[in-house]
Amino acid sequence: MIEVKNLTKYYKNFCAVNNISITIRKGEILGLLGPNGAGKTTTLRMLTGYLRPSSGTIHVNDFNMPEDVLKIKSLIGYLPESAPLYHNMLVYDYLDYVARIKGIEDKEARYDRFLKLSDLCGLSGIMDKPIGNLSKGLKQRVGLAHAMMTNPEILILDEPTSGLDPNQIAEIRSIIKSIGKEKTIIFSTHILSEAEATCDRIAIINNGRVVADDTTLNLKKRVQADSLIRLSLKGADKENALSLLKSIDPMLDVEAVKPSEEDLISFEIQSSGDQDFRSEIYLKIKETDWIIVQLAKESQALEKIFRELTREVA
Amino acid sequence: MKQIKTIAIKEFKDYFISPVAYIVISLFLIVTGWFFFSTFFIFDRADLRDFFSLLPIIFSFIIPAVTMRLFSEEKNIGSYEILLTMPLSFTDIALGKFFAATMFTASMLIPTLSYPLFISLIGQVDPGPVIGGYIGSVFLAAAYCSLGIFASSLTRNQIVAFIIGTALCFTLTILDKLLFFMPSAILPVIEFIGASSHFATISKGIIDSRDILYFVSVVFISIFSTYIVMHEKN
Repeated sequence: MIEVKNLTKYYKNFCAVNNISITIRKGEILGLLGPNGAGKTTTLRMLTGYLRPSSGTIHVNDFNMPEDVLKIKSLIGYLPESAPLYHNMLVYDYLDYVARIKGIEDKEARYDRFLKLSDLCGLSGIMDKPIGNLSKGLKQRVGLAHAMMTNPEILILDEPTSGLDPNQIAEIRSIIKSIGKEKTIIFSTHILSEAEATCDRIAIINNGRVVADDTTLNLKKRVQADSLIRLSLKGADKENALSLLKSIDPMLDVEAVKPSEEDLISFEIQSSGDQDFRSEIYLKIKETDWIIVQLAKESQALEKIFRELTREVA
Repeated sequence: MKQIKTIAIKEFKDYFISPVAYIVISLFLIVTGWFFFSTFFIFDRADLRDFFSLLPIIFSFIIPAVTMRLFSEEKNIGSYEILLTMPLSFTDIALGKFFAATMFTASMLIPTLSYPLFISLIGQVDPGPVIGGYIGSVFLAAAYCSLGIFASSLTRNQIVAFIIGTALCFTLTILDKLLFFMPSAILPVIEFIGASSHFATISKGIIDSRDILYFVSVVFISIFSTYIVMHEKN
């Protein structure tokens, strides 16, 4: 579907993207992860034909950049970071303009498409509003509608959830997941949990290089993951609970955190590698008359990989 | 071709959404009206010669103000990225914007049609120079619009775009008045490069293919330079 080979981009003497090669298959959701300034946006901009690569090749289907750049552009729907739209246009006028440029000539067809998009992206109430008056989340939705105007085979989204509130993040993620069933999606983010929740495959970029490129599951298997145990107790007091936990292993990294309910006491216990203290904790607490409300282990594999991979070069 | 039309219509409408259009048109009408009619009754001639002789100077300030936003604003708010990632060629974009600006300047001239109407009430107007003058004005406007667009494509700052545009248009306007300083060997070349003499011929009612060719070349060179700038900057 998309084949990127030895892609390099220099801004004057600064090398933003250094020899990146990625292949993206049809129907895949690829997450580009990386710290700020890693080269995610530059990579996406080259894929969409906005920037010209300093060297390297991009193939999309049977088309080559830059000879078939117009054909590639019409295959790709692109949502730039923070959706920079024309502020003085109404949402409807803007979508109409985009539809015309993307070659939907027929008035009826345009209208049908707007109805579908306004359903999918939740635009029905804002069609008659100037884009400049919309909140960031709403602008992002208009941008998403723009990207999906012609129902393109490939969607490229640059940090689609940055700056949104939790409801909007959940909505955008569900949209990505639902359209990702039939489309190829590439999106960049620096939120690990988001990549974990939505992507089939993750490529981690640091200092302009791909430092890891694998399925989410395989990536997690790569490291002896740290894990975090969340424990909530009822009917216990903090001091006694702490000393009890310490009695399992004096080196245990226990931190009391704010409980989610009033009469609870909550702890977060860090354990490294493949150690699992859950059974010891359970057995110890069984001896008391406290009640375990929560005892859960969260793997922090992705965080660990991310930190290791992006730190070693820096 | 359709793409060019879509962009041109969108940009043309954009002028009238913001107050810019109304401000520029009012300013244009006030300035031309004042300069023209302040001496009209003194000269006591029923023609528009003074109006058209002023036009190049006024255009070289007004038109860069019209065109300065076309690329600079897009670059500044970032919508340039959206524009360039839609299935459009650089030529489509540059020409679409060029036609929008030219159409806007032409529509700015429409209210001034009341001058010849008014003058024809009080005296005998020769239609030739008037018609020629308006045709010439549109050619001149097109040439200056293309220069303004070129200036706008150079920078993301609208003020800088305006100043560069004014400098270019003003240079073309006054070039034939600077012939005095030029070595005599290149005089004919410099005179041909200046816009005023070509405009003056057309506005006398003489439509010469050399003058038309001159304006078309200015448009071609500026739009082509814009294309090169767009290509080099991405």
